[in-house]
Amino acid sequence: MMSPEEICNLLKQQFPDSIITAGLDANRPYVTVAADHWLQVARFLRDDDRLRMGFLRCISAIDLLADDKLACVYDLMSVPPVSATQVMTVPHLIAVRVETDRNAPRIPSVASVWPAADWHEREAYDMMGIVFDDHPDLRRILCPDDWEGYPLRKDYAFPVEYHGIPGTTEHELMNPRH
Amino acid sequence: MSWIENRFEDGLIMTSVDWAINWGRTGSIWPMTFGIACCAIEMMAVGASRFDIDRFGAGAFRASPRQSDLMIVAGTVTYKMASRLKRLYNQMPGPKYVMAMGASTVGGGPYFKHGYHVVKGVDLVVPVDIYVPGCPPRPEALLEGVMRLQDKIRHERRAKDPVDEQNRQQLEAALDAV
Repeated sequence: MMSPEEICNLLKQQFPDSIITAGLDANRPYVTVAADHWLQVARFLRDDDRLRMGFLRCISAIDLLADDKLACVYDLMSVPPVSATQVMTVPHLIAVRVETDRNAPRIPSVASVWPAADWHEREAYDMMGIVFDDHPDLRRILCPDDWEGYPLRKDYAFPVEYHGIPGTTEHELMNPRH
Repeated sequence: MSWIENRFEDGLIMTSVDWAINWGRTGSIWPMTFGIACCAIEMMAVGASRFDIDRFGAGAFRASPRQSDLMIVAGTVTYKMASRLKRLYNQMPGPKYVMAMGASTVGGGPYFKHGYHVVKGVDLVVPVDIYVPGCPPRPEALLEGVMRLQDKIRHERRAKDPVDEQNRQQLEAALDAV
């Protein structure tokens, strides 16, 4: 098992311009990667023999309203090879954080690197409005196709009505029936 | 009609049309297999042997709206589901009944304030006959709802009551005057 510091140093050595910061003493150690270089870093994380981060466990999207940013956290794990001599090994664990501008959020898609990213990125697009470049099929995944806005953003306004169904009590005040 | 009973040969029954039809409908409420959320788990419990909805003749869960009399809306209705719900209701043959099961279906429930996607009560989409509160309701509560629905069916009338009709006309006239 490589410690988060070792993984971070390896990445810094390989991509000196791409690694912005690292939070290695956090509960879930992470490195922050520049959005422009994220795809190359992801390929390296998956394919390098020392890392072999083959398992994308989760993508979490974060709304950083105060910083006017949106972020994605990719939770990565290496699945250790199982062999007769090596009964159990501890996997490498690291999270990668990619930040982007809140008003025009764009992050390169890693669905070509980890197929699991496909639906996770669609969910992040649906709920937070992050556009993933070169995604194979970037549509809403949970909300209806004609939904307005991105529901999990912190400044999201709830719909007053949807296709004639009143959504809030304010609808009644604005459209009195009697 | 007690003076006339037992004065004819065996097999002749004296009854009213209302009583006979209501008796038949009361004892054969076929619900639709339509569980949307966790309330459906309680609905399954009601169908199983411990609570046994079959005792009330309502155990034949149909997989098609065209064979159902009762739609138990068991769970949170989202805006995305609302159009499907309405379509299923429209496909049911009359006489048809709707039971709103659970707090979310009765009036938004735990999602009333912070659920951007939840219909605040299924009666905004389809007419509801019986409301069963609870989150989720106990199986006994659902059985109580079935019994109250049976009461409702038992008191249906084919012919219009002349007194009711007179009252209705007076009420309509009064409303027109306003």
